[in-house]
Amino acid sequence: MAQPKVLASVSERANYRELFLVRIREQSYFFLLTLPAIVLLVFLFLYPLVSFFTRSLFDPSWTTEHYVQAATGAAWGKIFRNTFEISLFTTLGCLFLGYPLAYLLANISNRRRNLLLPLIIIPFWTSVLVRAYAWIGVIGRQGVFNVALTDLGLISSPLALLYNRPGVYIGMIHYLLPFMIFAIFAVMSGIPKTLLQAAEGLGASPLRSFLRVYFPLSLPGVGAGCLLVFSLALGFFITPALLGGPKEVMLSMIIEQQISQALNWGFAAALSVILLVITLGFYLIYNRFMSFERLYGGEKR
Amino acid sequence: MSRPLGTQVPRTPLRRILLYAFATLVFIYLMLPSLIVIPISFGESTYLELPPQSLSLRWYQDYFERQEWVSATITSGVVGVLVAVVSVSLGSLAAYGLVRGRFPGKTVLNALIISPIIVPMIITAVAIYKLYSALGLLGTILGFVLGHTIIAFPFVIIIISATLRGIDETLEQAAMSLGASRLTALRRVVFPLMLPGMVTAALFAFLISFDELLIALFISTPTLSTLPKRLWEGIRTEINPTIAAVSTILVLLTVLVLAGLLISRVYFERRR
Repeated sequence: MAQPKVLASVSERANYRELFLVRIREQSYFFLLTLPAIVLLVFLFLYPLVSFFTRSLFDPSWTTEHYVQAATGAAWGKIFRNTFEISLFTTLGCLFLGYPLAYLLANISNRRRNLLLPLIIIPFWTSVLVRAYAWIGVIGRQGVFNVALTDLGLISSPLALLYNRPGVYIGMIHYLLPFMIFAIFAVMSGIPKTLLQAAEGLGASPLRSFLRVYFPLSLPGVGAGCLLVFSLALGFFITPALLGGPKEVMLSMIIEQQISQALNWGFAAALSVILLVITLGFYLIYNRFMSFERLYGGEKR
Repeated sequence: MSRPLGTQVPRTPLRRILLYAFATLVFIYLMLPSLIVIPISFGESTYLELPPQSLSLRWYQDYFERQEWVSATITSGVVGVLVAVVSVSLGSLAAYGLVRGRFPGKTVLNALIISPIIVPMIITAVAIYKLYSALGLLGTILGFVLGHTIIAFPFVIIIISATLRGIDETLEQAAMSLGASRLTALRRVVFPLMLPGMVTAALFAFLISFDELLIALFISTPTLSTLPKRLWEGIRTEINPTIAAVSTILVLLTVLVLAGLLISRVYFERRR
């Protein structure tokens, strides 16, 4: 009686093995499909990054000099502080402008939302350079904004808004605001309206039900939006370079300058590693809240 | 007047008015730069002037007559189209493999594909510059296309993967059980359903390449540079309305591409 059972299990095992081989072959086809893209990314992105970063420690032989210089030089400390400060206030500005807008978008009819979305998506896809150039025309001393305020008699001399902090904030918040809106909107559109009806049915005032129910539920979106905007702001180059003054130098501008003017590859590499590690840290926390797919997918479908 | 519970746009007129007023201001802030370049570009004077004293097309004429603007525009256009083709064809293959496959290491591959969005662009640009100097790819069309393809990949693959996830896997299995080979199933069943996502991805890839500055800043040469690189030089050296004319054309192009996106989506939905 034991005999057929053993035989059965042997043939079953052979069967499994065959199935297993078929599956491996099929899966390796799937893997092969990804290969062209992966090869391109490894050779044109990963490899050059790693080879650039090694310059920070081997220049040409082992040295920690560049990191020591980045950590101790007083001038560099100021650049780090600038970068953090600008990124932080940009994030807060985006939050202040973005939260009410996301709230509005999440709580209006589909038809109205489809009418309003282009007003965010068109600037979102407009070239950064075009926007920076336009801001120069708007907020400069003879810009539209100052001329209008002077003509209205609200100010006697033009406001200094360009080539300084306000200029950088105006440009950077403008660039990053859509990211904040999409991140918060993605979370808000998932908050069930029945929860607010319940709160109000139980006697909460609209303000109270917003503060105690809606706002806490929207916090994951706020967190994700802030982390995303902050980590993107850290690496900004074009906007502060065009709209800021000498006091608005950010980390990425120093990296560019170290390479194209000072030809100091080792130091530029050390600064890049530091910038990347910080950015990656914030991004990883962001990733716990939300994925990029959700941000871009939420906009698409 | 009875009010429905839980209508979250504030019902008290005052709060509703405040919210809409605030939103209007933010929308004006968002749209202003894209709109303001239009009147500036049609002005007559050399200064930024608003509203323009008299209208003229001299800045457009200037743009079309100057070799450096025209050749930069052509370069950007050619590179953009090639980037769209390369990134969407390789990206579609990768997206299909990643969405349908169940092989180990997928998380790592996904992370690798997304990483060009996360790494600050200046770092990517410098690293590519270093590689290209060694390979002799500086100032070549091939160099621009490869560099821009890398940064377009994350967007392309995210968009196409999302489309693929929305396509029922049983459709291709049904085709195969009815005798189609996997290749035929791909060509006749999956590809037509993927097409809308691929068109969207191609348009975005084109825009990303057409607007890309940082890589171009490093790998451009006097003989070959892109429109953004030319604009960057223009903004820093000669603030004149020629740049407004170029900007107006760019804004128009963005709106056209986005409109094309909308039209393609309506078209595909109607055919379904």
